[in-house]
Amino acid sequence: MSDLNLDKLPGGFKGMSEDIGSDQTTFKGVNWGKAMMWIFLLSDTFVFSCFLVAYMKVRASVVEPWPYPSEVFALEMFGVPVPLLLIAIMTFVLITSSGTMALAVKYGYEKNRKMCGWFVLLTAIGGLTFVGMQAFEWSKLIFHDGVRPWGNPFGAEQFGAFFFMITGFHGTHVSIGVIFLFIFARKVFRGDFDTGRRGYFTTMKSDYVAIEILGLYWHFVDLVWVFIFAFFYLW
Amino acid sequence: MTEVKKEQTTTHKIGIYLWIWGLLFVLSFFSYMVDWYNFQGLLRWSLILFFMFLKAGLIMAFFMHLFWERYALVNVLLWPMTAIACFVGLMVAEGKYTVFSRLFYFFVGGA
Repeated sequence: MSDLNLDKLPGGFKGMSEDIGSDQTTFKGVNWGKAMMWIFLLSDTFVFSCFLVAYMKVRASVVEPWPYPSEVFALEMFGVPVPLLLIAIMTFVLITSSGTMALAVKYGYEKNRKMCGWFVLLTAIGGLTFVGMQAFEWSKLIFHDGVRPWGNPFGAEQFGAFFFMITGFHGTHVSIGVIFLFIFARKVFRGDFDTGRRGYFTTMKSDYVAIEILGLYWHFVDLVWVFIFAFFYLW
Repeated sequence: MTEVKKEQTTTHKIGIYLWIWGLLFVLSFFSYMVDWYNFQGLLRWSLILFFMFLKAGLIMAFFMHLFWERYALVNVLLWPMTAIACFVGLMVAEGKYTVFSRLFYFFVGGA
């Protein structure tokens, strides 16, 4: 990558056709790991889209009324039901962690070991908070409201199945991300990316580009939540 | 952290991240307000979609750096997503047809 001068290449669609027709690397200046992460995220987009489209299709075609999320997800605060309170806090926590991840990537580029490590750690803690709140949300719906994948007291029976499937799959992504964030926080602080220490599963040298790749995954988790928040909770 | 680090071509000023971060907070707050003020019908749906696409666009363009990537990568990602949008449109029509036929045969009765 280092011998490639991207500024000299044409940009826009002309650049795209030359990149693809160059009989060389198509994604010029893009680390192979980063390209692979993008391809993975694209395939993950398909999976999440299938879930959300299936949910939308079922919600549009049930004859019974769909449970009104504003009331289902309301929390009692001082005797007053506040609509979507927990979901709003979860959204803000996830956006906060996305912002700290963006800063971690920025400091990673600048090879600023300590700042990068602290921001990765902060992101991990934000993600952990999110997962904790989601566990609270699930247990309230399951034990207090009696929502099951095959039925619920609010309306259309399919609600539970889609809720647990979609938020569960997203929560799994967040949990995996949190695990990797903690692992990479340790790696950053240990100086793996400065010394080029070789990883446990690979003989390749570590590099700060790994932080950007991890960042792509984490921002994607936030991106999916934007769509879930809009289509499942607000709609 | 006061020591000056060598600037690379791929790094960006911290201001842009903070701006996008703030914008995401504001947009999330607005989309929460859509529910808070209990807007209904077409206004609710269009506002939800508007804030959703703005947020998604900002995250992808700046947090995921797509704004600075070459078109070869950007187009590989955006065209399949456009195809998904077409799929969503197809399934909206399909869902309307399903609920129509369910209600129709419920009230009118089958052959």
